[in-house]
Amino acid sequence: MGVTTPRIGVVTFPGSLDDRDALRAVELMGGEGVSLWHADHDLRDVQAVILPGGYSYGDYLRCGAIAAHAPIMQEVAGFADRGGPVLGICNGFQILCESGLLPGALIRNRSLRFICREVWLRVETAGTVVTGDLTPGETIRIPIKHGEGQFVATDDQLARIEGEGLVVFRYSSRDGVTGDEHNPNGATNHIAGVRNAQGNVVGLMPHPEHAVDPDVGPTGGQAVFASLFASAMAGAGA
Amino acid sequence: MSTFTFEVLVSLKNGLADPQGKAVEGSLPALGWTNVSNVRVGKHVRFDLEATSERDAREQVEDMARRLLSNPVIEDFRILATEGA
Repeated sequence: MGVTTPRIGVVTFPGSLDDRDALRAVELMGGEGVSLWHADHDLRDVQAVILPGGYSYGDYLRCGAIAAHAPIMQEVAGFADRGGPVLGICNGFQILCESGLLPGALIRNRSLRFICREVWLRVETAGTVVTGDLTPGETIRIPIKHGEGQFVATDDQLARIEGEGLVVFRYSSRDGVTGDEHNPNGATNHIAGVRNAQGNVVGLMPHPEHAVDPDVGPTGGQAVFASLFASAMAGAGA
Repeated sequence: MSTFTFEVLVSLKNGLADPQGKAVEGSLPALGWTNVSNVRVGKHVRFDLEATSERDAREQVEDMARRLLSNPVIEDFRILATEGA
């Protein structure tokens, strides 16, 4: 284990799609990508965990419902309890909601169509393990690709999410203005990502791992990974 | 121990868009049914369960319906029918 290289774990579930892209993004950003397996009870001494996008267990029952109870998730929950940084992307976000580590749920897009395009996200808080290098109000460019990304929550959950500042990203214009025309999937209050109360568990529908390489697209994901690395090196959760 | 058969119906909460229901509703007029509305498509889960009593069995089914078979944020469930074997 390098002294200045964070070990970032990426969990592969049956049906994960973006695990390899997440590992590649970690390496491109200067971290050490560590592959984790859904059926193991071993986090291999990583300093942060990424739950990647895809269709774990074929989206059977509900997106993320089966993966939320996979053996590795017991370890992830314990790691999160100890303050370890956990990032769920797309299906990983759905898994975190299904496991109860994050509030809310993701349902079919308002348009009923699968959407694959770049969006602008307005950063709502720097108080998470993936936004330490960002400033509230700042916007970043990141792609989305999902059919079931409309964030919803019960009235009680929503009151808590907004009241305690648990929204991490909202869909917006380039200038940070929110509105239905900038909300791709109908998400409640334009919510693209949320955090837990401690800020060490974050889930979002957009894909920062697809936005780190300037040769192939926008680079809005770089600050997300840099923030995650800094949190990982700070040592919580080990 | 006895074996009990349960059926659990899971449906999206009212007010949440149900694309499958919408598609079915859009197709029925082609067969002549222009008088159908509010179509909702849910999930039907059937299984056998070993338990000491029907009451114990039902409690377990309610627990699994809450924790896995449905997501209480977006779905309601109904335990439909039981039969002892």
